[in-house]
Amino acid sequence: MSLLLALLLMTGVTAVGGAASAAAARRPTQRAADLIDRIDDLLPQTQCRRCTFDGCRAYATALARGEADVNQCPPGGERTVAALAALLGRPARPVDPRFGVTPAQPLVAWIDEPACIGCTKCIQACPVDAIVGAPRYMHTVIAAECTGCELCIPSCPVDCIVLRPAPVDGRVQPSRGAPRVSMGAAG
Amino acid sequence: MTGARGFHGGLRLDSHNERSTATPIRSAQAPPQLVLPLDQHAGAPARPLVRPGERVLCGQPIAEPDGAISAWLHASASGAITAIEPRPAPHLLGAPTLSIVIDNDGRDEPFQSDCIRFEQLAPSALLAHLARGGVVGLGGAAFPLGAKLASAARAGAIALLLNGAECEPYITCDDMLMRERAQDVVLGARILLHASGAVSCTIAIEEETPHAEQALRAAIEAAHDERIVLATVPNIYPGGGERQLIASVFGREVPHSGLPADIGVLCHNVATAAAVAQWVRDGRPLTSRIVTVTGDGVHRACNLEVRIGAPIAALIAECGGYTPRVLRLIMGGSMMGPALPHDDLPVVKATNCIVAASALDLQPRGGETPCIRCGDCAEVCPAFLLPQQLHWFARSADAAALQAHGLLDCIECGCCDFVCPSQIPLVERFRESKPLLARAAEQRADAAANRARYQARNERLERLAAEQREALARRRRPQARAERETK
Repeated sequence: MSLLLALLLMTGVTAVGGAASAAAARRPTQRAADLIDRIDDLLPQTQCRRCTFDGCRAYATALARGEADVNQCPPGGERTVAALAALLGRPARPVDPRFGVTPAQPLVAWIDEPACIGCTKCIQACPVDAIVGAPRYMHTVIAAECTGCELCIPSCPVDCIVLRPAPVDGRVQPSRGAPRVSMGAAG
Repeated sequence: MTGARGFHGGLRLDSHNERSTATPIRSAQAPPQLVLPLDQHAGAPARPLVRPGERVLCGQPIAEPDGAISAWLHASASGAITAIEPRPAPHLLGAPTLSIVIDNDGRDEPFQSDCIRFEQLAPSALLAHLARGGVVGLGGAAFPLGAKLASAARAGAIALLLNGAECEPYITCDDMLMRERAQDVVLGARILLHASGAVSCTIAIEEETPHAEQALRAAIEAAHDERIVLATVPNIYPGGGERQLIASVFGREVPHSGLPADIGVLCHNVATAAAVAQWVRDGRPLTSRIVTVTGDGVHRACNLEVRIGAPIAALIAECGGYTPRVLRLIMGGSMMGPALPHDDLPVVKATNCIVAASALDLQPRGGETPCIRCGDCAEVCPAFLLPQQLHWFARSADAAALQAHGLLDCIECGCCDFVCPSQIPLVERFRESKPLLARAAEQRADAAANRARYQARNERLERLAAEQREALARRRRPQARAERETK
């Protein structure tokens, strides 16, 4: 009798435990959210969607779920692949050319302003609010805020947007005293 | 006298000091033209107060600080401003920077500045007065004195440390200053104590500098100030580095990515203290400094009192000119000093030494061979780093690993270079890698800004869509009611 009772009790406990773990799987746990944050921090945040996901956060979510590979981010390049591979414990592979090529230097969009008709389509396409303008007025790209995602280029009906190397801003200055000639004292 | 506790690593080097300490400090002749770069201090360049064609007096302010970390600049001779234009500067290794050019009329008419009895001023008023003297850190970093004192006052520094430990080979300007103007150093110490609110002052000098020690001891006795004490530190390079000196004198470490003020220490060079004394007592702003001209490449090595803005070529001429053996011109000491492309560059506030080096002064350098991982570099590193590891990460341009291994704590002293049996130019590699870390940090900041704008845009679009839906629903509701009533 007591044996039967024990058996019954055990099956009951397993059933309850199973239900609890199923609930945990359905609800994204805190740890999963942390992982998505950590992956997202490694991505360049260009929001270019070349990885086929809707922005960097969506790609990070897919990576965390194991639904995407680490080599789908062309703007991030080899460095991002290496960082993602290290974080996720997956093998690092070169960026898949099907998703695009890594630019040799940072690029930003540039509007040929005399050709712009002021249609605002590029402003609507820009994921990071880096284009300013108003209907039937000339638009322009804020170069410092442009991520070079290229999403504005197909949206332009008059093809007046091209990618250009990013301007060198005033932030990079020669540091005091560098580069110096290394030399030791004799004796 | 405080006992020396020492610091990690370092090297005992041949100081080559006797060459330039045989004769007393001489005043250099005033050159016909002076070039004063506006960015010769750390921080933002100064803003000019004069125009070309204007006549200025010796000691007249010609540029004012632009921002919190910046410094005043004064004319170092009387005469006419001939131009404000880019001129080659030594601290940029010959690259041009905006400079004020003064044609010296040779009359040296002085500008009247106030002479102050510092005891009668409140510390805050004294701080403001000190900033107007154009004094910057004369040990080499050229950090504006006013900004440093202000930050130390905020942090509540309690111990003043005057750095007279000139550890780098060849440099003797501070040694000679302490020998000949010890009373200026002590007066400067008292002024800095009053201004900063510190309760004690330690003047740290190297062992084996008996003349300077004697002179300072006499000056401290004459001043009757019990707050000022003398400490000697072993003659080990780079013992005069700020962090190393604090470790030697107080036995405490300045926290990584922190400042000496974080552990209650305010550190100044002895020459800075002497310049403070001259400004407060005599009303003479920082228009000249002592420069060591030495090396096997000049005929008569010595210490010269030079006007800021005088050409380096004039200093060399003052010392009897170059010897035929000269190979290279170095600004600073032989371990950390940069090589200058030519001598048609002005002396700036940070110029403490000019070495005209011959083959005897230069360490012969063979070809680089692979690292054998002997670990000698880690033993001599005064910043507790592992240069052999940093070397690998620098080669693979691994910003994250360089950051984690503390590349930014490297003071570029060159000890690892010096001992490396494979002759690897380690410091050069580290110096080249530092901008890499800056770029990585910049990229992270850019990515964060991009994400913030992306999220803000998404939220805005959602809000607009919701508002539109609501407006549509409001318009439809009265319509539906009207339809019901007609039925």
